Amino acid sequence: MIQAFALLLAFQLAGETLRVALHLPVPGPVLGMALLLIWLVARGGPGDDLRHTSGTLLQHLSLMFVPAGTGVMLHVGRLADEAWPIAIALVVSTVLGLAATGLTLHVLTRQGREASR
Amino acid sequence: MNTESMTEIWVYLSAQPLLWLTLTLAAYLLAIALHRKAGGHPAVNPVLVSVTILVALLSLTGTPYQRYFDGAQFVHFLLGPTTVALAIPLHSQLKRLVAMGGPLLVALVVGSLTAGLSAYAIGALLGASAPTVASLAPKSVTTPIAMGVAERLGGLASLTAVFVILTGIFGAIFAAGLLRRLGVKDEASVGFAMGLASHGIGTARAFQISEQTGAFAALAMGLNGLFTALTLPWLLPLLAPLVRP
Repeated sequence: MIQAFALLLAFQLAGETLRVALHLPVPGPVLGMALLLIWLVARGGPGDDLRHTSGTLLQHLSLMFVPAGTGVMLHVGRLADEAWPIAIALVVSTVLGLAATGLTLHVLTRQGREASR
Repeated sequence: MNTESMTEIWVYLSAQPLLWLTLTLAAYLLAIALHRKAGGHPAVNPVLVSVTILVALLSLTGTPYQRYFDGAQFVHFLLGPTTVALAIPLHSQLKRLVAMGGPLLVALVVGSLTAGLSAYAIGALLGASAPTVASLAPKSVTTPIAMGVAERLGGLASLTAVFVILTGIFGAIFAAGLLRRLGVKDEASVGFAMGLASHGIGTARAFQISEQTGAFAALAMGLNGLFTALTLPWLLPLLAPLVRP
């Protein structure tokens, strides 16, 4: 478990280094994810230890958002002042984003499935 | 034990990282238990419930957020290695992801632009202030990218983090039902839409549906972060006339 955790941290560190060195707009952990994916392809897949540790962490992905989410208390004033524009913009744009993405992919892959028949 | 010594103990403990770290985990475990008890109903979202419990505790005890975060930062830090760990489900779905490369990229461009530009335009047209509007635009992408993008657009990083989390919670609760109503039921489309529109919190929810849904969500989250970071700072100035001065 410690071995797998060290590996994840090492890839995060590599991603972070890459971001700073090349002035990339993407966060270190996302680059680390891409690097680990390349490494997994090269190695033919994760070992049991890495698979198990990652599974445990991902199962509790929700937990990792709690500290930042609690920061909502810092912005109560602004949220109250602009409650309606914020609520409507968040809800409508998220619904539109979900629908646009889901429908586009659904339609394109259905055509693909039919064409391959 | 008299009140004085209780106060003394409280003053000591409340200044230690241990207290709020423990309470963060306890609030989460309680939220998970409630989520199970509700039969996994998406409205009993673990992030929403945990945050509600913690905000209530912090307000009742008059604890500033900064002191809370001194303890909770250890959990916050795990977001990094956990994001890296998303490579494992991505790898196990890689064949399908590559086979669907073209449609995935089209859906990425369409969905990302729709989510970002509509948030900005709606906020602006409804009269939200300029920093609020700039903080709204990147709300569909994962927190660190969103904060960076918002700052470049004149938004507030910490406000953006709040919008990102609210968007994630909203997506986690409503996405699957909404997509089903639109006739979108295949795991790839549902997962990709959830990860694109509601990033990590949507991805966490997608993993509850199935590993395959989660893998597509993780991919969408990464791609949308990249795409948004590269395009939004160039595109939004075109919509700037909509914002009230």
